[in-house]
Amino acid sequence: MIEAKGLTKRYGDKTAVNDLSFTVKPGVVTGFLGPNGAGKSTTMRMILGLDRPTSGSVTVNGRPHADHAAPLHEVGALLEAKAIHTGRTAYNHLLALAATTGIPRGRVDEVIDLVGLRDVARRRAGGFSLGMGQRLGIASALLGDPRTLILDEPVNGLDPEGILWIRNLLKDLAAEGRAVFVSSHLMSEMALTAEHLIVIGRGKLIADTSVTEFIERASAGRVKVRSPQAARLRDLLAGPDVTVADIAEGTLLVSGLTSDQIGTIAGDNGVTLFELAPQQASLEEAFMELTGESVEYRAPARTAERSAA
Amino acid sequence: MTTATTPLRTGRVTQLRVLNSEWIKLRTLRSTFWSLFAAIVATVGLGMLFSWGFASRLGDHRHPIEHAATIAVTVPLRPYVIAQLAVGVLGVMVITGEYSTGMIRATLSAVPGRLPVLWAKAAVFSVVVLVLMEIVSFVTFLGGQAILSTHHVQATLSSPQALRIVAGVGLYLTVVGLLGTALGAIIRSTAGAIAALFGILLVLPVLGEVLNLTSWGKHVSPYLPSNAGGDLLTNTPDPGSLGPWTGFGVFVLYTAIAMAVAAYLLKRRDA
Repeated sequence: MIEAKGLTKRYGDKTAVNDLSFTVKPGVVTGFLGPNGAGKSTTMRMILGLDRPTSGSVTVNGRPHADHAAPLHEVGALLEAKAIHTGRTAYNHLLALAATTGIPRGRVDEVIDLVGLRDVARRRAGGFSLGMGQRLGIASALLGDPRTLILDEPVNGLDPEGILWIRNLLKDLAAEGRAVFVSSHLMSEMALTAEHLIVIGRGKLIADTSVTEFIERASAGRVKVRSPQAARLRDLLAGPDVTVADIAEGTLLVSGLTSDQIGTIAGDNGVTLFELAPQQASLEEAFMELTGESVEYRAPARTAERSAA
Repeated sequence: MTTATTPLRTGRVTQLRVLNSEWIKLRTLRSTFWSLFAAIVATVGLGMLFSWGFASRLGDHRHPIEHAATIAVTVPLRPYVIAQLAVGVLGVMVITGEYSTGMIRATLSAVPGRLPVLWAKAAVFSVVVLVLMEIVSFVTFLGGQAILSTHHVQATLSSPQALRIVAGVGLYLTVVGLLGTALGAIIRSTAGAIAALFGILLVLPVLGEVLNLTSWGKHVSPYLPSNAGGDLLTNTPDPGSLGPWTGFGVFVLYTAIAMAVAAYLLKRRDA
């Protein structure tokens, strides 16, 4: 369980995180989405007490992180794959972390097996691939068997098999009743893993909603209609709250009416329909729609003037 | 199966456990081994070389060396000047190695009180360096005197000031390392902290020699860190020097101040 209240972080005159309030509940995977530079990592560092909020507060399992007597048992974190001394072996890295709260050696072996690093556990972490580094980071997060997990971009650098593994791992961890908070800038990944979403852009909360709701909201009841009598249908559908757009020859995109209503109008007037399809925005589209204005770094749009020049 | 099958004691973070963690960290890095190896080889190897060189000069009876017996006490131990570089680098890297790799975030999220980490690093490092360098110092002294004994000017541990100087080498090197650790925690970059430490140990004394030429500078120069600390290791003090234990005390005080600043910054700054 993570609770953030009015969390704000400023660096000089730049606001990285702006008045963020949200709750990460136990038992579900909560996705933390936002474009690069939106403030996801800063937020996660504040949760772990690594960065001090400019204002606001955040608690983990009911207390600020620093107030826990045994933090590794409360919250496990993967902040970045390379939060590991490159000169130390995977086993010794875990052993040193475990020692801080007296976690026995047996548990170190257990988490090494759990993440599949048995064969390389005695090798120095400096030689690890990004994927192996991620697995080691996840092993450190699980070391204390914590009730809350915070993972910053865990699928980064993993191969398809590794991605599938982590997806299932996160779901299992949530099913065991843990709060799992996972950041990503990959919407498709979150669609498959998360149940709940917290979306931020430029440090501000954009959405705090279930994945299903998030997609529905962005789709906003648009219906694609294909008909040989498109022009006639267009006039028939016209109304105060209805907008109709021509998206291709004989194809309309209607918002403000359900597919049932459109079908009925067409039937009553003897208009032939080839296709009548309610539109589901992909999570990607939904995300772009919501965060379009809050992307921090973007390539300049190609303009007509430039291509003319 | 993600849940622990080994029942985990709901252990609290204690200073003793953090000490154990830092001890594991120190002994599982090759850089620890190599820095200490360099310090030992430099001290023993150069110590023998200096003793042998001094012995051959003693053999030249046409140019007798004044106060040869006094100089003989410190000759084998002079390489401490080189050893302090290796020990200092290790002291710096004990903390900056964590910053450069990002490990510090794992460390500080496991020990959110933060200060126990700094104390544990300092303590583990001190004990290792002190024990090791005391042994090295005594071995070097006795070995060097064995070489000098061929010319019958050797000193023993009961020679005036000898015991203090021999034991002082380990103490001095330990404090140099701790100064490195403090600077590392303040500057958080290996290159920057090493530059600062070497500046204090090697550049300031040169500045001190310039200061000695001015009337007011003479009163400042004994208080420069390496001059003050070096007072412990000499039996031919410069005029105006602070004396062995006062000088060393001043050096320890500087290091304690640096450590206090490091602790304050570690606690306050974003990791």
